Amino acid sequence: MLKIENLHATVDGKPILKGLSLSIAPGEIHAIMGPNGSGKSTLSYVLAGREGYEVTEGSVTFMGQDLLAMEPEERAVAGVFLAFQAPVELPGVGNANFLRTALNAVRRAKGEAEVDAIQFLKLARARMKVLNMPDDMLKRPVNVGFSGGEKKRNEMLQMAMLSPKLALLDETDSGLDIDALKMVADTVNSLRGPDFSALVITHYQRLLNHIVPDHVHVLSAGRIIRSGGPELAQELEATGYAASVAAA
Amino acid sequence: MPAVTETLETVQSVTEGGYKWGFETDIEMEFAPKGLNEDIVRFISAKKNEPAWLLEWRLKAFAMWKKMEEPTWAAVSYPKIDYQDAYYYAAPTQKVKPKSLDEVDPELLKTYAKLGIPLKEQAILAGVEGAGDTPADGGRMPIAVDAVFDSVSVATSYKERLAKDGIIFCAISEAVQEHPELVRQYLGTVVPQGDNYFAALNSAVFTDGSFVYIPKGVRCPMELSTYFRINAKSTGQFERTLIIADEGSTVSYLEGCTAPQRDENQLHAAVVELVALDDATIKYSTVQNWYPGDAEGRGGIYNFVTKRADCRGARSKVSWTQVETGSAITWKYPSCILRGDDSVGEFYSVAITNNRQQADTGTKMFHIGRNTRSTIVSKGISAGRGQNTYRGLVRISPKAAGARNFTQCDSLLIGDECGAHTVPYIENRCMSAKVEHEATTSRIAEDQLFYCRQRGLSEEDAVGLIVNGFCREVLKELPMEFAVEAQKLLQISLEGSVG
Ligand SMILES: Nc1ncnc2c1ncn2[C@@H]1O[C@H](COP(=O)(O)OP(=O)(O)O)[C@@H](O)[C@H]1O
Ligand SMILES: [Mg+2]
Repeated sequence: MLKIENLHATVDGKPILKGLSLSIAPGEIHAIMGPNGSGKSTLSYVLAGREGYEVTEGSVTFMGQDLLAMEPEERAVAGVFLAFQAPVELPGVGNANFLRTALNAVRRAKGEAEVDAIQFLKLARARMKVLNMPDDMLKRPVNVGFSGGEKKRNEMLQMAMLSPKLALLDETDSGLDIDALKMVADTVNSLRGPDFSALVITHYQRLLNHIVPDHVHVLSAGRIIRSGGPELAQELEATGYAASVAAA
Repeated sequence: MPAVTETLETVQSVTEGGYKWGFETDIEMEFAPKGLNEDIVRFISAKKNEPAWLLEWRLKAFAMWKKMEEPTWAAVSYPKIDYQDAYYYAAPTQKVKPKSLDEVDPELLKTYAKLGIPLKEQAILAGVEGAGDTPADGGRMPIAVDAVFDSVSVATSYKERLAKDGIIFCAISEAVQEHPELVRQYLGTVVPQGDNYFAALNSAVFTDGSFVYIPKGVRCPMELSTYFRINAKSTGQFERTLIIADEGSTVSYLEGCTAPQRDENQLHAAVVELVALDDATIKYSTVQNWYPGDAEGRGGIYNFVTKRADCRGARSKVSWTQVETGSAITWKYPSCILRGDDSVGEFYSVAITNNRQQADTGTKMFHIGRNTRSTIVSKGISAGRGQNTYRGLVRISPKAAGARNFTQCDSLLIGDECGAHTVPYIENRCMSAKVEHEATTSRIAEDQLFYCRQRGLSEEDAVGLIVNGFCREVLKELPMEFAVEAQKLLQISLEGSVG
């Protein structure tokens, strides 16, 4: 469903991704681990189509389409969801309004009927209960004044509501306590199925105890230097990245 | 544009860029000769069958205007206006009251429909006999509408219903005939004839507008709304609105306006006077959507307007809310004279300038009574090559013990060829008064746009959402139907400003 081949990308003219290849089959969950600055966020931004992240070589196909030729919003409605490492604040924009607008954009693209405010509230409240989010978070402006944990919860709410085909989670677990961590894992696991794939970027093995990945990759200096099964994450936790980097 | 949700669909259904109200209605019109002189003033007065005192009042204004100079202090620039090259009176000729919608000039009906006025109100406005006797469709809250087409008020709806509460809501020309004592008592007492150049011009040649009187202790049961439309070519619009809220009364009034798309500039110089007596509250909302001109700055309305409220009574309150999206040039400072002790003045404003639009707008709060309070929230959005100036004055007199003002001016810039300017004047001559001023300037951040687009919103929808968020504090002051419409309008006004 996602095929990345020999991807090279620059930011401000500086090469960050240097020949990255990765294939994700439908239903698979892949974890990406790697030292700070290795290009993990850059990869997620390139896949989501952020301006300023320039692809200089290579290709990405998503569900048979040339992903790199699509606008960010086209990728989003086609089913690519990025849970941001640092979710963005939108002052004055109600969380409910934002999420409903997004949901309806996705539903329109799928040829589904839009949901009205009342239907939306029903759907959102049900999800929020599972995520242990208070109702009033719908009324507050998007991410404004949210704690770090609340922001991540909000990303998970959006992901659950939009039910993407490919979720990119960029260090969603960073800075979360164990309960919040479980909530992230539960949300991902609840979406797990033949039509859902995910690329989980994390520094820590502990998230992968709850979301058991099919494959684990180590990213270093813009390239995947090692791949393996869930046991690779455990090894990295024990030995650190340095050994892998040195061996590569 | 009236305060109705139907308009929303009208607006949504049109997706290509540009101004959606730029059509022209082909209707039989009567004009006064082009140009401006004493005879034209007399002509207008005679057309309206006015009493002698009003003609004298107009002539005095005209004499003042001739001696005045067009102001140049605002941060707007435009070629010199030739006041002799315009018509000062234009009116649709249909006079006989139609029996049903079939007898109404279809062009006029089409106009109402395009503007999104619901069928029920269309019938009432078109003057169909008996149309106002039954409630609005679908149990919807009716909105009383006064429609001013060029120089005349064409119709006012729900008049009889309002009259049951003693409320007067009619064209000002009609009020001059039916309630001359009230008009004479209040006209020009808030904005005198010689107040400023454009107010003097308006006083000389005003042709129509709305008149509202809310009697003591009455809470007006529905929103009152006036819809202004400039249709005729080369015609100035000079409407005059006078609202009097007697002791303990409450009223919410909405004003909307559009004009056809033309390459020439047209002048709109209105005067609005509000009088609030003891414990009275007036809420005055405007969605100004006059034709803004094209992307190169050709055409568009020159909107030079004087709006002022006199909070004469103790504990009276006036709240101005404006959403200014249209006009080539906006020159407008809705103000409050806080005369009564404990009176309250509010000004909530959103002004958008896109392409070559220029806006110099703000408010003046004159604190005279004790413990008077004022709040100013101004949101300026500049895009394209638009220039947006907030100009405000807070003046606190020595007697205004305990007066308080809070001012917040925020500017949002889209692109790098536009400008935002904030010019606050504060004159505090009272030790015990408290004045606070906050100002910010920001841009729509790239990460905000990306975040929205990553969730499936188009770039334009994302800008619309972020701009609406930026304006939220103001939009929430608008009556519901107006707020929804204003949100759509903000987005439309910014079309083509990104990407
Ligand atoms: N906007 C930017 N401008 C210049 N360099 C950047 C920018 N964003 C990221 N980088 C650089 O790109 C490299 C990879 O960053 P990033 O993808 O954020 O790494 P990771 O998420 O793995 O920590 C780092 O060296 C970082 O400094
Ligand atoms: Mg990162």
